[in-house]
Amino acid sequence: MKTPVSHMLLVLLGAFIGSFGGVFLKSGAEPVRQGLVYLVISREPPFFNWRLAAGVAFFLLSSYFFVLGIRPPGELSVLYPMVSLGYIFTLLWSRIFFKEPLTRVKFFGLFLIVVGVVFVGLGSK
Amino acid sequence: MSNAAVTDAAQIAEKPARRQPVGLVFCCTILGAGAQILMKTGANHLAQPGLLGMATNLPLMGGYCLYGLSTLLLVLALKDGELSLLYPVIALTYVWVTVLSFLVFHDGINPWKLAGIVLIVSGVTVLGKGGRR
Repeated sequence: MKTPVSHMLLVLLGAFIGSFGGVFLKSGAEPVRQGLVYLVISREPPFFNWRLAAGVAFFLLSSYFFVLGIRPPGELSVLYPMVSLGYIFTLLWSRIFFKEPLTRVKFFGLFLIVVGVVFVGLGSK
Repeated sequence: MSNAAVTDAAQIAEKPARRQPVGLVFCCTILGAGAQILMKTGANHLAQPGLLGMATNLPLMGGYCLYGLSTLLLVLALKDGELSLLYPVIALTYVWVTVLSFLVFHDGINPWKLAGIVLIVSGVTVLGKGGRR
């Protein structure tokens, strides 16, 4: 295995940060139900939708670490499976922060997707 | 009778609203894949490194715009849908990128990638059906 551990940690960090991007986008999306203006503004101080901005910032930051991680000699076959760990983090945060039910259907769907991402990674050698 | 009519109307009104989020994330993954292909094209033709080179690189900037649009769709999906259900659907991006890089850059497709695509699509189908209930 040529991929250095430091590159694996960078990709894991990217996946971890990205999972929070989803959390902030979700919490920033709730007020948008009352109208598209709430994409930008907010009724409470600081009167702009900082949660959506934070979500985008988390995604940008996570993509920065991804790019650093998948640089040579990082191998996609090793690193892609770690990317899909981000989905598992997100499942956890959905339960903790939004009290979303974790059903068998969600676990099964997620399992298929994670194995699928691992396979796409294995094919990317 | 009136009660039943009300329930029916509510179901008819509710069904598309519930199905919509997964469809929105579906569109969002197509845009995301388009963004990645444009960014790769831009990166292949990057004349000079640095911010100016990037800002004048049309495919690269087009890629960023598509990413912005795809994020907007994701927000619209999340406003009505569950995060735990919708976030994994983003993995569909891998499917489109694999197919598009085969078509555009002639990257190889092998049995592993094909199996991965089938598994991801099945996983998304499972989540899509589960979300409809």
